[in-house]
Amino acid sequence: MESLSNKKKVLEKKPMNFWERIYIPAILGGMAITFKHMFKKKHTVFFPEQTREFSENFRGLHSLKRDENGAERCTACGLCALSCPAEAITMVAAERKKGEEHLYREEKYASVYEINMLRCIFCGFCEEACPKEAIYLDGNIPKADFTRGEFIYGKDKLLPAMPTENKVLIP
Amino acid sequence: MEYGFLIEKSVLVIVVFALTLGIALYSTYAERKVAAFMQDRVGPNRAGPFGLLQPLADGVKMFFKEEIIPTQASSALFIAGPSIAIFTACMTSAVIPWGQSLEIFGRTVVLQVADLNIGILYVFGVVSLGVYGIMIGGWASNNKFSLMGAIRAASQNISYEIAMGLSIIALLMVTGTLSMGEIAAQQSGFSWNVFYQPLGFMIFLVCAFAETNRTPFDLPECETELVGGYHTEYSSLKLGFYLFSEYINMFVSSAILATLYFGGYNFPFMNDLGLSQNFVTIIGTSFLFAKIFFFIFFFMWVRWTIPRFRYDQLMRLGWNILIPLAIANIVVTGIFIIAKSTYF
Repeated sequence: MESLSNKKKVLEKKPMNFWERIYIPAILGGMAITFKHMFKKKHTVFFPEQTREFSENFRGLHSLKRDENGAERCTACGLCALSCPAEAITMVAAERKKGEEHLYREEKYASVYEINMLRCIFCGFCEEACPKEAIYLDGNIPKADFTRGEFIYGKDKLLPAMPTENKVLIP
Repeated sequence: MEYGFLIEKSVLVIVVFALTLGIALYSTYAERKVAAFMQDRVGPNRAGPFGLLQPLADGVKMFFKEEIIPTQASSALFIAGPSIAIFTACMTSAVIPWGQSLEIFGRTVVLQVADLNIGILYVFGVVSLGVYGIMIGGWASNNKFSLMGAIRAASQNISYEIAMGLSIIALLMVTGTLSMGEIAAQQSGFSWNVFYQPLGFMIFLVCAFAETNRTPFDLPECETELVGGYHTEYSSLKLGFYLFSEYINMFVSSAILATLYFGGYNFPFMNDLGLSQNFVTIIGTSFLFAKIFFFIFFFMWVRWTIPRFRYDQLMRLGWNILIPLAIANIVVTGIFIIAKSTYF
């Protein structure tokens, strides 16, 4: 039966001739290839000094966002923690007091917000689940460290500093 | 026995020993660099400029690793294994002629530790002892994989030693002597033995790869089948000894290859330059080391080009191809020698 794509190639199995059987030409050919590679361009990226460019939609470290007035957008609804397949996110909710309106946008906010970067698989489900556009995976790759505790990122690392003048932080 | 002789020889022994260890040390660095370059990488470059302190860092690491002797292992033999391996590896370099002779303080110093009249036999004897280090270590580990690796090493070395010996016999028919010093001296100028014994050289080269357990013949330690091979149970400096003895072996077999087939310390037009004896000796020694470094590079080059043999292929190559070829080489060499003495 004729094949539809005509891509099929039937290999002929010929017995090897003398030169093929002593393998030395083939070995020399292979050695010529490896020798040529010695002078080719090296593809090494010297990581700590030099970083690779990431693509536009690269999912890196998380950052919590502030609104246009500099107030935290997160309301501690817990949808991100719920959607997280690795269960990396934990948070403690708190109620906004009087006079804190400039710090937190809604009446409820996260007093503790922690992501365990060793558990996180950077799937981006938290970003998708968030109804308040409060979390984005727009950072770099996590830094190497010596203890496991250092990989639990709290609000000090996730939240950008309070802007001095009213800057729009969400693109 | 005069004191000058003793001093001269002991200085030579120490220099050769230090050179052997130093070159073996930096072979590990060179191996990683060559491997990296052939795979379009840069290799070790963090410890010191261009990573030149990497071998020292590796050595220090080996020193400080925890030393483990398995409870079920036979501990005396477990320690004896790597010791024998590195001891025999260091012994071989005694008969290699490193140069002609230097005139120092009115004395003629021959740059060879011991010019045995059976130098090649000595090399063979010591090299065959080397496999005991691997065998004893592999057996004493009390581990199936180690034992498999040791058995492979033993059978591989035995089969390739035969072909190696036969290829050397053809060379001895040409040179007419077993002394390494005389063989090197005979190849004065550009009359290197490789031009008279190309097939013998090929057989010797392949067997040298097998004897040093280098790829494509590194079946005793093939990771894919045997975890780590004969040194699976080893750790710390004892593992370091095994790995290091492989590099010493590589250096020594490169030196033997260069001496037997590539003229040793001889270089073209060495007698026509009109230089003093000392100067010719120094240039000759540097030529010998250039040849040795080329062969060390060649060992690495082949390692990163050719994949490992299957075990039955290895045995077939040794017994069915190399040994008959070596015997044919002896016959052809004999016919040539008779024809030459009868008709020319």
